[in-house]
Amino acid sequence: MSFEKFLFYVFAAILVFAAVMVITRKNPVHSALFLVLAFFNSAGLWMLAEAEFLAIALVLVYVGAVMVLFLFVVMMLDINIAELRAGFVRNAPVAILVAIAMVIELVIVVGPQRFGLDEVAAPAAKPAGYSNTEELGLALFTQHLYAFEIAAVILLVGIVAAIGLTMRRRPDTKSQDPSRQVTVKAKDRLRVIKMDAEEKA
Amino acid sequence: MDAVIALWTELPVVIQIVMKIVAIMLPLMLLVAYYTYAERKIIGYMQVRMGPNRVGFFGMRLWGLGQPIADAVKLMFKEIIIPTGASKTLFLIAPMLTIGPALAAWAVFPFDAGLVLADVNAGLLYILAMTSLGVYGVIIAGWASNSKYAFLGSIRSAAQIISYEIAMGFALVGVLVAAGSLNLGDIVNAQQGSVFHWFWLPLLPLFLVYFISGVAETNRAPFDVAEGESEIVAGFHVEYSGMTFAVFFLAEYANMILISALSALMFMGGWLSPLPQNWVDGVFLLDDGFQWLLLKTFAFMFLFLWFRATFPRYRYDQIMRLGWKVFIPITIVWIVVVSVMRVAEMPWWFN
Repeated sequence: MSFEKFLFYVFAAILVFAAVMVITRKNPVHSALFLVLAFFNSAGLWMLAEAEFLAIALVLVYVGAVMVLFLFVVMMLDINIAELRAGFVRNAPVAILVAIAMVIELVIVVGPQRFGLDEVAAPAAKPAGYSNTEELGLALFTQHLYAFEIAAVILLVGIVAAIGLTMRRRPDTKSQDPSRQVTVKAKDRLRVIKMDAEEKA
Repeated sequence: MDAVIALWTELPVVIQIVMKIVAIMLPLMLLVAYYTYAERKIIGYMQVRMGPNRVGFFGMRLWGLGQPIADAVKLMFKEIIIPTGASKTLFLIAPMLTIGPALAAWAVFPFDAGLVLADVNAGLLYILAMTSLGVYGVIIAGWASNSKYAFLGSIRSAAQIISYEIAMGFALVGVLVAAGSLNLGDIVNAQQGSVFHWFWLPLLPLFLVYFISGVAETNRAPFDVAEGESEIVAGFHVEYSGMTFAVFFLAEYANMILISALSALMFMGGWLSPLPQNWVDGVFLLDDGFQWLLLKTFAFMFLFLWFRATFPRYRYDQIMRLGWKVFIPITIVWIVVVSVMRVAEMPWWFN
C-alpha cells in the first residue's frame, strides 16, 4: 500500500467516524465539533486529490467562519433533550423510509458500478509547478464568467434579504453615536446665566 | 562541511522534516518566552517602573533575564484545576487547539530567499485558514469551562475575531492582486527595488487595516475585551491554571509574532534590504537577508507592546463599528484602486 493510499484510508476512516458522531451525539455542541472534524478530514482528502485550493477554501470558509457562527448559536441555545427524544419514536418510521429511499437513489446514481479504474482512468500526475488555484481562477473568470457572476449576485441578494428581514427600527434604544459625541461643544450642553446676587433675608 | 551535508542527505525524509520543524519551533518558543519578558520590561519603562529585575542566573541578577524561565518552571509545576461540571475533554483540548494553528502557520513562512519549510503555491490562503482556526480554542475554552465569565469572554471573542477576519482577508486580497501570487516568497520578490517599491506605499490603507485587524485578531489591547479583567475577570481563560493557562499564554504571543512577521513579509519587503541595492550588494549584514526580516518583525512586535501601554480598552460596540463600518469599506475601496493600478500598469510598482 502506497503512502497516499494509507493517508486516504486514514482521512476517510476519521471522516466517516466523525460524520456518524455528528448524528449520534446528544450534546449539540459536541455534534458541531465533530462536524468540524469531518470538514477537516474532507479537506485532507481534497488535498490528496491535488485540489489544494478547494481544500484550503473548505477550511477557511466552512471551518473558520460558518462553523464558528454555528457553534456560536448552538452554544447559546437551551435545548431540552427529553423533548427531542419524545418526537423521535413517533417520527422514526417516516425517517427510516426517507433514509432507505435516499440510500437506494444514491446507490443508483453514484454506486460502485460507476467507479473504479476501468470506468474512470486515473488522472495523470501534475508537473511540479502546477498551481491548482491559478487554473481554477482562469477557468472561473473566462469560461464560467457568467455562472460565477450570477452566483455572486444571488449571494448578494441573500445578504441584502437577510439584513432586510432582521433589521428593525427601535426608537427607544439609547445607543450612542460616536461621531455626534465627539462634535459636541460645551456651548451645546451648558448655559451660563448672569443674575443678580441674592440678598439674605 | 561536505561531510555534514552528506550526512544530512543520508537521513530519512521524515527525520529531515522533523529536524527542520524543531529548527523553527525552538527559536520561536525562546522568542515567545523573551517576548513576555520584553513586554513587562518595556511597558515598565514606559510607565516609569523597573519591570522584573530580580531573577537571574548563577547568583547574578542580569536585569531579570531569568524571569521567563522561572515563570515557565512555576507554571509547569502548578496544579491543573478542572472545574466541576466542566466538559473535561474539551476543556483540555481547547489550549491545544489555540496553539496548534499558531505554530502550524509557520510551515509556509519563508525566512529568506528559498529558505522555507514547505514552498506551497497557496501559502497566503493557508496562512489565512490557519489564523482563522485559532478562534476554536477560545470558543471551546469558554464553553467547556462551565462558567459565565468564561462564556461571555468566548462569545465576545468569537464575534470580534470573525468580524476582523473579513477585513484581514480583504487586505490580503489586495496583497494578492498587487503581487500576482499566493506564494509568500513570490510576494516578497514582487516588492524588489527600493523602500518605495515595498507594498506599504501602494497598499497603505490595507497595511494599516491589516496590522490593526491583526491586533484585534490576537485579542490584544486595546481590543482585549475577550479578557476584559475589569468586566469579566479574565474572560475565556478564567478557569485555566498551570500549564493549560501557560499554553493559552504562549499561543497569544506566538500569534503576535506571526502577525508581526507576516506584516513585515507582505508590506515591508520581508528580507529585502531597505538600503539602495548598489550600496549593499554583497556587503555582509547589509545585503538582503534574514537579519532584515528579523529587524522588521521586532519593530512590529514592539508596536504591539506600545499599543498596550498607550491605549485604553475599546468599548465593545465601538470595536464592532470599527471593524464592519470602517475597515471593511476601506479595504473594498482599496482593492478596486489596486486592481485599477494593476490593470493600468502604474509605473513604479506594477509595470
